[in-house]
Amino acid sequence: MSAIDRRKPVSLKVASTIFIVVWFIVAAFPFFWTLWGSFKVELDFFSIADWTNAITGKLTDEIYGRPFTGAGYYGAWVQEDFWRAALNTGIVCFFVVCTSLTIGTLGGYALSRSGHNYVFWLLIAALIFRAMPPITLVSGYLPPFFAWNLWGYLPTAIIVLVAINQPFTLWMLHSFFQKIPIDLDESAKVDGCTQFQAFRHVIIPVMWPGVITTGLFSFLLAYNDFAVTTMLLNEQNRTMVPKIAAFLGTTYTEGNVMFAVAAVVSAIVPLFLLVMLFQRQIVSGLTAGAVKG
Amino acid sequence: MRPWGAPHTQSQNSGPGMKHRTFFWFFLPTALAMLIFIAAPIVSVVLQSLFVPHEAVLVETENCGPFGCTTSVVIDQEATEDLRAEQPLGRFAGLEIYLDRGHLATAEVANAWTSSSSIGEFMSAIGDLPFYRAMSFTLTYTFVVTPLLIALGFVIALAVNSLSQRIKGLMIFFSLLPMIVNPLVGSLILFWMIDSRGVIGELIQYLAGDPSLSLKASTPLMWIAVIVYGVWHSAPFAFVVFYAGLQTVPQDTLESARIDGATRWQQTRYVVIPHLMPLVTFVALIQLMDNFRVFEPIVGFNASAHATSLSWIIYNDLGGETNQLSAAATTSVLTIIGVAILLSPVLVRTWRDYRGKA
Repeated sequence: MSAIDRRKPVSLKVASTIFIVVWFIVAAFPFFWTLWGSFKVELDFFSIADWTNAITGKLTDEIYGRPFTGAGYYGAWVQEDFWRAALNTGIVCFFVVCTSLTIGTLGGYALSRSGHNYVFWLLIAALIFRAMPPITLVSGYLPPFFAWNLWGYLPTAIIVLVAINQPFTLWMLHSFFQKIPIDLDESAKVDGCTQFQAFRHVIIPVMWPGVITTGLFSFLLAYNDFAVTTMLLNEQNRTMVPKIAAFLGTTYTEGNVMFAVAAVVSAIVPLFLLVMLFQRQIVSGLTAGAVKG
Repeated sequence: MRPWGAPHTQSQNSGPGMKHRTFFWFFLPTALAMLIFIAAPIVSVVLQSLFVPHEAVLVETENCGPFGCTTSVVIDQEATEDLRAEQPLGRFAGLEIYLDRGHLATAEVANAWTSSSSIGEFMSAIGDLPFYRAMSFTLTYTFVVTPLLIALGFVIALAVNSLSQRIKGLMIFFSLLPMIVNPLVGSLILFWMIDSRGVIGELIQYLAGDPSLSLKASTPLMWIAVIVYGVWHSAPFAFVVFYAGLQTVPQDTLESARIDGATRWQQTRYVVIPHLMPLVTFVALIQLMDNFRVFEPIVGFNASAHATSLSWIIYNDLGGETNQLSAAATTSVLTIIGVAILLSPVLVRTWRDYRGKA
């Protein structure tokens, strides 16, 4: 498109620049505003007197002697045990990503290497499963989980999230493995390897870019899940997002909104870093299914 | 986030392919996970929606004393246990739950139809029924947010595409944030800003000249707020997909259009947009399904007094003091039917691609 740019009329350039600036503010400003405000007292963050207090921290200054305070963070992480929720999220994400990639890689590899008709139908089934809103499955989980005393524990939520993750993982890895030439493992098989040995020694060493991209999305699903974790975990085992939702019920009445604000900021920071490190993989993953179809 | 293109199955002649038995063992773990935790729950949800839990068996006992007889009703524990053991699913209710007031409310709808004197009155009577109330917001949200996010995403993609390389990366970075944070967290951030004491809330009060204006108190404003949130959250996805598509616009077609004297607008209209059309369909199909399940923003915005959705009803039924499993299961089945309707064009498209390739 660079050829067009050279001849771009000034008016269009100005309009385009203004639009970009506006979108930039719309997309980024709420995050910076909340980050900044999370270090203030509630009466500054929600300012009745003067909205500039949220920037200058006038009342925060009056109470703490400086315009910033970590009181919200202290309240959330120490008083309200948000550290436990963060730890739970870490555990859930780690095991969901590992399990999901292990069984998804085997399945996706098999789908890409079998020429039989049922591959298509399995992928269609996965597509249908992917479209199911997780919340609609929850009332199917609850009776057996209560009956067998599985409700509330992290491993239960982990395995459910792994399963919910599989359809997407299979699609992504299936299309990724198809880009790896079949000659690679076929020639290994000619040399006497079994299919699994061919997978183990020939495919695994070259599959990491696709697996990392898929893993990022598995991580995001586990990290961001609300429907499953809020319904299947007990208070002790809650992950960050349901914990934040639980804050809302209590904090509005107790005047601890800043705890929730601090918790929200804490939950966003890892995502911020993740996008910073893996922007290219995330973009390629988002467009993988779209651009080729 | 969702690779929904047509599955590119290996053509039969490109090699012997994997043996059935090998395929089975490779695919078993993932198949088991999906069967146990997706397929089986769907069956279970359908069953639950057709049965209601047994009520306790009550027996009337008469206690006669010197001052006359009193009858009292007590639960017959033994009979109740027996009944529950005999029919663990509960009492078969057929479509009873589907038709009750909390769901399709056929009796109430029929009643409203006969008693209302105008369509408006009928609609407002229907709007008080929880299922139809949720349905009206869910559908409005789905069909307003989807076109808006596609339009916004397209314009962002065009604008970002004309930037210099270094700013592009930065713009993509910040554009990804609204999409990548959990909808609950994202909606909370916006909610705190549009709160009547928040920065945007105060700005709106100032612009409207009404210091008592509060989004939380007004149904139309709440709907708009949730819809704005939806566009903010999903436009980045459309943007990223369209941006990738813009990188593959055939340059020679553009060049010849330019030589033929096409204006910039005509180039966009007749070369760029047709090139992106398949992607627009792709984004639309995905987003219709995703927006239909709108749920977290309603929790985040604390909007349930003004706007509910089907997913929110399930969440509410399951989360209350009483686990209303049958009610939640019934709404789940109705939601799944809605998703199935929205999914059908995707399936048809995938099937056609598959036939086309085979």
